[in-house]
Amino acid sequence: MEFFETLVLLLASTIRLTVPLLLACLAGLYSERSGIFDIGLEGKMLAGAFGAATVAALTGSAWLGMFAGIGVSVAMALIHGVASITFRGNQIISGVAINFLAAGLTVLLGQTWFKQGGRTPQLNGDARFNDIDLPFVDQLADVPFLGSIYTHLISGHNILVYIAFATVPLTYFILFKTRFGLRLRASGENPKAVDTAGINVNAMRFKAIIITGILCGLAGAYLSTAQSSGFIKDMTAGRGFIALAALIFAKWMPIPALFACLLFGFLSALGNFLQGVELPIIGEVPVQLIQAMPYILTVILLAGFIGKAVGPKAGGIPYIKER
Amino acid sequence: MIVRKPLPRWADLILVPFLNLSLAFAISGLVVLMIGESPVEAVKILIFGAFGYGEGLGYTLHFATNFVFAGLAFSIASHAGQFNIGAEGQAYVAGLGAILVALALDQTHWLIVMPIAMIAAAALGGFWGFVPGYLAAKRGSHVVITTIMFNFIASAFMVYVINNFLKPPENMAPESASVVNAGKMPQLREWWDYFGYSPLNVMFFVAILALILTYILLWRTELGYKIRTMGANPSAAHYAGISNSKIVMIAMTISGGVAGMIALNEVLGVQNRLVLDFVFGYGFVGIAVGLMGRNHPIGIALAALLFGALYQGGQELAFMMPAVTREMILVIQALVILFTGAMEGLFRGPLEMIFGMIEMSSSSDDADKDDASASSQG
Repeated sequence: MEFFETLVLLLASTIRLTVPLLLACLAGLYSERSGIFDIGLEGKMLAGAFGAATVAALTGSAWLGMFAGIGVSVAMALIHGVASITFRGNQIISGVAINFLAAGLTVLLGQTWFKQGGRTPQLNGDARFNDIDLPFVDQLADVPFLGSIYTHLISGHNILVYIAFATVPLTYFILFKTRFGLRLRASGENPKAVDTAGINVNAMRFKAIIITGILCGLAGAYLSTAQSSGFIKDMTAGRGFIALAALIFAKWMPIPALFACLLFGFLSALGNFLQGVELPIIGEVPVQLIQAMPYILTVILLAGFIGKAVGPKAGGIPYIKER
Repeated sequence: MIVRKPLPRWADLILVPFLNLSLAFAISGLVVLMIGESPVEAVKILIFGAFGYGEGLGYTLHFATNFVFAGLAFSIASHAGQFNIGAEGQAYVAGLGAILVALALDQTHWLIVMPIAMIAAAALGGFWGFVPGYLAAKRGSHVVITTIMFNFIASAFMVYVINNFLKPPENMAPESASVVNAGKMPQLREWWDYFGYSPLNVMFFVAILALILTYILLWRTELGYKIRTMGANPSAAHYAGISNSKIVMIAMTISGGVAGMIALNEVLGVQNRLVLDFVFGYGFVGIAVGLMGRNHPIGIALAALLFGALYQGGQELAFMMPAVTREMILVIQALVILFTGAMEGLFRGPLEMIFGMIEMSSSSDDADKDDASASSQG
């Protein structure tokens, strides 16, 4: 029973750690499926987190904060778009620039506005997304096994958690069951065909990266106004890159993206959980190994040792219309 | 009629980078203005802090040393068509080689420690570049993604190694034992106190040497020719009998090895021990330096000096103007990367148009003169 309780807590922690990865991973999915590489997920998430925490602190509303976070993140995405779509610049270089810009501006502006060493003020009450209890939690709490699963795993999360998981089927539907999705995917595979059909490739790509911006903004808002109570310098801590790894691991597909993010979320929950714990037989598990696992797995997968990850064919190449 | 012609060489090499850089600095100035400080005052403090006195200059050149290595690492891979953004991780693991050699040979002489530590650092950094190179060449992995992943793997690996093997038991902080004698790279102030307390050390001269050697390697040797051919046109290189996969692996290994020199400059030049995250983002600055320097040693030297001045001047600025924090450097860095790298085409199109128009009007002037002389003769 004690083992079961521990497992449930570990899985609940997995869900909380998965959410930002999932949102950022799906964000990357839209952009990369349309043919725009995006290593700037990290920067957009960070900027979104800062925007959300700032506005939530000023207005006392987590929702207004969330919209501000989305706005900031979309603005960053548009910089990436102007550089890599309009000016046909290198998408990797532009992504690197976005990451630095976010890392610098968030602390600089945070220090100017709040004078707390780059932090935003502590958020309380409605300025944060608080955990919500689903119906019947009290009644079911005492039911063995099921009650524990219901209270800790299914209920008891904030609204953004449910939004994040709902985004998975939504993304699947948009990408694979709508005309917009077909055009978006085609822009990343064979932009010339899209152009021949009379559809503006660059406009499609701009729409895709705006969605990327929205989802990164949500991921950022989750970090600063739901998981934590305020913005801290560099609070994304590489999550944007783990999301990128998960995207590759999922072979640019939405449903596998969910499982890849859950796996990586579980690894980071396990890493926190095993910190300094001595296990029988194995002894102390090197936590660093567990933390590095997402990156190692992605390298192995990319090298084709377990399956093969092939990205969208036209990814990274600016589209030039023939005259 | 609008005629677009390739820009003249001087415009391509000097005018375009100058305009891009000016725009980056202009926007940085706006950021300073936005946080309520005077950009003019900031520039004054920055320039004085970076060049105005010996110690400042020493720090500027010390930072520039790191950036030369990082910039060269980026551009050597770049010439082979590989986007190596893993200099950060390559330099980090190289620190292990540097400190192990220095600790073992601490009782000898720095002239013995230096070459061996350089070899060890280059070997580890080179290995950390070789693996992504191998995976790209033989298994078709994307080198950008692999090098990003390797940065994080390096980071986790080094935390593990320092905590479990290098940390002396009596130490609380996660860092290795210190070198006290020969393991320290001599600082220039030992001979010339003009440089104050700056950590400028003998690796500065190694950086200058590396610039010259890179030039010779890339433009004066067969290997360099192959690397550049491969980068310019892989299929042409293939038909010319060059083994593309071999060149990719060699270029990535050299790139990682050069990045490893940062470890000597920082670990044996400043810290005298291996600390966590000693690379401090210098590897990433290499991307900006390489882009700005157009992947040429002369350009890299100038760009490294500029970023060295920004880093040192920026510290001075953070001290003198508390509103401007150290992160201002990151913002400037981002804007420089954005405008000289990703939006490089911003001024190119309009300039091509202007130059095309100038050329056309001057050639039509010539035509008028010809007509005039013909009619006067008749």
